[in-house]
Amino acid sequence: MKTAFLFLLGALCLPAAPPIVIQNANVLTITKGSFKGSVVIQDGKIIAVGEKVDIPAGAQIIDAGGQYLMPGIIDAHSHIAADSINEGAVSVSSMVGIEDVLNPEDIAIQRALAGGVTTANILHGSANSIGGKCMVIKTRWGKDTAGIQFEGAKPGIKFALGENPKRQGMPTTTGRRGGGADTANLRYPGTRMGVEDVIRQAFTEAKQYQAEWKEYEAKKARGQIVIPPRRDLKLEPLVEVLEGKRLVHAHCYRADEILMLLRVADDFGFKIKTLQHVLEGYKVAKEIAAHGAGASTFSDWWAYKVEAFDAIPYNAAIMHKKGVLVSLNSDSAELMRRLNTEAGKTVKYGGLTETEALALITINPAKQLDLDHRIGSIEAGKDADLVIYDKHPLSSFAKVQKVLIDGQVYFDRDKDISDRNQMETKKKQLLEKEKQQAPQQKKQGGAARRPV
Amino acid sequence: MKYRNAWLCSVLALLGTAAFANAETPSVIAIRNARIVTVSGPVIAKGTIVMRNGLIEAVGASVQAPADAWIVEGEGLTVYPGMIDGLSTLGLPNAASMDAAPTGRRGGGAPPADAPATPAFPAAPPVTAAIARGPEDRPSNTSYLLAADQVSPTDRRLDAARSAGFTSAVTFPNRGIFAGQGAVVNLAGQKAGNMVLESPAGLYLSMRSSGFGSGYPSSIMGVIAYIRQIYLDADQYKTAKEIYATNPLGNNRPAYDKTLEGVLSAPRVLIPASNPKEIERMLRLAQELKLKAVLYGGEEAHRATDVLKQFNGTMLVNLKWPEKARDADPETTDSLRALEMRDKAPSTPAALAKAGVKFAFYAGAVDRPQDVGRAVKRAIDAGLSADAAIRAMTLGVAEIYGVANRLGSLDKGKIANIVVTKGDLFQDRPDVKYVFIDGTKYDPAAETPAAGAEATR
Repeated sequence: MKTAFLFLLGALCLPAAPPIVIQNANVLTITKGSFKGSVVIQDGKIIAVGEKVDIPAGAQIIDAGGQYLMPGIIDAHSHIAADSINEGAVSVSSMVGIEDVLNPEDIAIQRALAGGVTTANILHGSANSIGGKCMVIKTRWGKDTAGIQFEGAKPGIKFALGENPKRQGMPTTTGRRGGGADTANLRYPGTRMGVEDVIRQAFTEAKQYQAEWKEYEAKKARGQIVIPPRRDLKLEPLVEVLEGKRLVHAHCYRADEILMLLRVADDFGFKIKTLQHVLEGYKVAKEIAAHGAGASTFSDWWAYKVEAFDAIPYNAAIMHKKGVLVSLNSDSAELMRRLNTEAGKTVKYGGLTETEALALITINPAKQLDLDHRIGSIEAGKDADLVIYDKHPLSSFAKVQKVLIDGQVYFDRDKDISDRNQMETKKKQLLEKEKQQAPQQKKQGGAARRPV
Repeated sequence: MKYRNAWLCSVLALLGTAAFANAETPSVIAIRNARIVTVSGPVIAKGTIVMRNGLIEAVGASVQAPADAWIVEGEGLTVYPGMIDGLSTLGLPNAASMDAAPTGRRGGGAPPADAPATPAFPAAPPVTAAIARGPEDRPSNTSYLLAADQVSPTDRRLDAARSAGFTSAVTFPNRGIFAGQGAVVNLAGQKAGNMVLESPAGLYLSMRSSGFGSGYPSSIMGVIAYIRQIYLDADQYKTAKEIYATNPLGNNRPAYDKTLEGVLSAPRVLIPASNPKEIERMLRLAQELKLKAVLYGGEEAHRATDVLKQFNGTMLVNLKWPEKARDADPETTDSLRALEMRDKAPSTPAALAKAGVKFAFYAGAVDRPQDVGRAVKRAIDAGLSADAAIRAMTLGVAEIYGVANRLGSLDKGKIANIVVTKGDLFQDRPDVKYVFIDGTKYDPAAETPAAGAEATR
């Protein structure tokens, strides 16, 4: 909102910001080939790309010096920038949403930005068969809560299958006479069958809820005086899923549970937008492709839990070759900073081309978020979310030099390095100041301090 | 015999001062030749203030003390309106401790992702026996509790608060997410009922979750969703009741819900928010739910003046400035962010005043009431004007709670809640000479014990 306001203010009162030209770059457009050339940016959007472009008058020039320019990386699965991730007390937690707990001051945003990530889908955790609402952000470090949200992104929701949502909690023994275990606090479900049941039950309720409101509206339209139904924040997002207005991102591992979820979705008439993790996706790639679901997986993580034992590093490449729309994600604030090398692994495991590999972290996740009209490649008309690497981004030696979001430089490696010294000096000064104040405060403290 | 008499005398004296002080206080009192800080108008360099039957009868430079008045010579003394603690548990003997802000960790650093918010108070007693499995179970919701019903003049903390210059407080039940409704109370009274000035004064919300692995809500996200659902339910409940009242035939009757009754009766809602992200979050939530919100906390509100202005927000600033953790590991140093937070917190009131944001103070978890003077002085040292400071401790609070027509300044007809000091009220060791509540004099305790903390346990 604030951004929009500033934008409006800028458009009305001030002369338009000068166009920016990034020239002399090895441009990796992802969708329109790679070449040595330039990109022209105006008002936050890419307006021209090519080996030869017309440089507008008064343009600000960024000389890439032959370095590599690629679209900003998109992480389809992240948990940064939020004050809480799991609402684990219930098996269907669709009433909660990441939007309510965004933390624009999470340092992980800045670190992701420094790793070339410009967009991330912030997902609810995997503690529930049906989890909370997701939030797509841009890593606009320094902006407030409204400022980091990806304006106009389609809303999403997290589902989860398998080991995590069937964890029931521990029986308690406290406060029970005789000391026997109290199972009253255990959460349903406790099995994979139960997970399916919870999802089916929830969507059955959602359909009833939908019908209840339609009936109310119909009665009201006939002029009847009727009490409106209660709005249910748990069921509203599920109705949106049924109506195709909310994207489902489902955490899953095993082939059997993947097929289960696709069947449930078919039965209720909605689509699974992406399968997340999907480590056994290679076993059922054709079925996934037939449903039209995307797959967002890890490059080469496996065996960290029982349901991850059958994972192979060829998963992404195999699914891709079977016609599944595949992306690689981090699910980690640390891995998030080097998704480019994760993409590089698919060249080794599965023989993807360099462009195919980079597509896994750019245009493919953009499509999985229904945002490929805005981001994911270097094309005229798209958001100017761009990364300059000193070497080819698939090299493990490549370092991010500059990151632009909406045509604004949000990360500059040289500036970042010089800022670190300033911050260190400031920190020392504050520590010294506090040290000087400390004895004084102690003396003033007087009698024993106790909470009031 | 002699020994015994002395013992008896001292017991009587103790009863006299500690319980209902000075029942013999005359009903007409005049303080003359004193400096009078009226707060509502300019400071009177030398003037007289007259109290009669618990109200201020006259105040001014040329006011004469009536013939029937008991005279206090005010030469060299300053008269202020009594301080009002803007958010407190004073008078509620069983209240939980106000030790920390109810939204997260204090003293520095962000809480680790998904850490349950630091339980500022002991965990709320379960409202229902079974573990809550959703908002329908109304977990942690006692919105129907009234502080006015629970307030007691025997709370042992009252004496310390009065001795520091507090004459009123807005006091709240504070256990749970929807903790209950506050009341504006005087900090003394013959009976509990005499203490209450206004009830309900607002609904106290906290963002405390039960923590991972217990009942709903177990996360901040869940708490916010729960709050949202409660207000949607309250809206529907109200509509349903209205429709049913006029059209009972053919409609099912809405079930009575005491938690929603409580929510609907609140004139305003107190919501915790300490830093920019929380302030923005809560202002947006309040706007969405059409709540008349008063934010409390605000240690880092100096970085959120823009958004506070944008949403026309009101802030109660916690005077317990964040400090370095007492048991911090000497090997580790705090982050720059934590250091800046502690350094800048006392500049919040000045920043809010400069930006024109409506704000007032509350003592929060200030260790002892007499430390409040020092805490306010730190805000003054960080740029707050003395006028704005006394206002934020008196009339500003009264305005936020809609009781400025009877409390908060020295004006004719208002409640005679007055504090008289030698020297400034806001300094390291304020010298409080007299305290009047409803025109009754209370002698400040000579040396206050550490806040009678036992009373809170």
